[in-house]
Amino acid sequence: MSHALILASPGSNSAELAAWWLLAILAVGAAFGLIFTRRAVHCAVMLAIVMLILAAMYAMQGAPFLAFVQVIVYTGAVLMLFLFVMMIVGISAADSIIETIRGQRLWAGLAGIALFVLLALVVGHAAIGAAAPSGPRNSSANVGDLARLIFTTYVFPFEVTSALLITAAVGAMVLAHRERTGPKPTQRLLSRRRVATGHPAPLPGPGTYAQHNAVDMPALLPDGSPSRLSVSGVLANRAIEAERSGGRAAITAQVLEPSEPVDANGRPDDKVEER
Amino acid sequence: MISPAHYIALAVILFVIGGVGVLIRRNALVVFMCVELMLNAVNLSFIAFARMHGTLDGQVIAFFVMVVAAAEVVVGLAILTSIFRARKSVSVDDANLLKN
Repeated sequence: MSHALILASPGSNSAELAAWWLLAILAVGAAFGLIFTRRAVHCAVMLAIVMLILAAMYAMQGAPFLAFVQVIVYTGAVLMLFLFVMMIVGISAADSIIETIRGQRLWAGLAGIALFVLLALVVGHAAIGAAAPSGPRNSSANVGDLARLIFTTYVFPFEVTSALLITAAVGAMVLAHRERTGPKPTQRLLSRRRVATGHPAPLPGPGTYAQHNAVDMPALLPDGSPSRLSVSGVLANRAIEAERSGGRAAITAQVLEPSEPVDANGRPDDKVEER
Repeated sequence: MISPAHYIALAVILFVIGGVGVLIRRNALVVFMCVELMLNAVNLSFIAFARMHGTLDGQVIAFFVMVVAAAEVVVGLAILTSIFRARKSVSVDDANLLKN
């Protein structure tokens, strides 16, 4: 079915134009969303939209192999990598809106406009001809030709890319590897450290002795006061945010307002595991 | 009547948006995403030109660009995690060890 779509599309011209307009508007909108959305996760979603649209455009231009590579490599692998790293560095990492360099946005915008004008002039002056008639080399049956080209004319660059990929994989492992600088903490050391924190027992579960047992409901201590340790720091921050915008979860927020330092993973600081 | 110029125009717009994003965003992850957007825009123009010339060399080059971009993302994100481990931040403002 998709094969039929790919086969059909390079031919019919007005249909391709309509599809171009639709996809181009969507792609530009998503690209603007990418640079203006504050949360990194939303940026990743916008980038995924752009990449899928570009894959469709590759298919429209008679490059089905690259369309599939685009979906598999970019949307599949690269964006997943971004999301995994986002999980490591904290999903709530939003950009601050304070400029460190004064007028940076303004100048960046002006530079962007200047670059756009420059490129538009270059493209406008270039003689971009019409598409070559789709022959055997430029048709949807070109996967075999592409393979022949890669493994004959471009075989040396192809081999070099394999070396590049291996180097990148080794480099990523080296960079992400954490060398153990101190001795490995023994069980005795861990238990001592745990007692020293003042919370030798596991953290209290949320909702214990409280009215509800939702995860954002702090547990009640024997004297009836709420326990701040029973709610994850991420949920506490969210509740405080929600209360600021006048939502529910006011109980959680007012209990948890005296904010204790929370590390990037949302755990209270005293539970940060030693590395 | 659609021509490769349409695709080139879209590639130019996406490239400029990506470049502006690199300049204005400060979360290093998002900066990386904008670089990816620029690479994708260039790939689009490669494929449009390949179609214009009726040859496949542009598609081969776009393929190589994808490979290099994948390698770049792998190493870049590994650097990012190690910086995050050391400085507890992925903001490009905080990575200023080489400044003084």
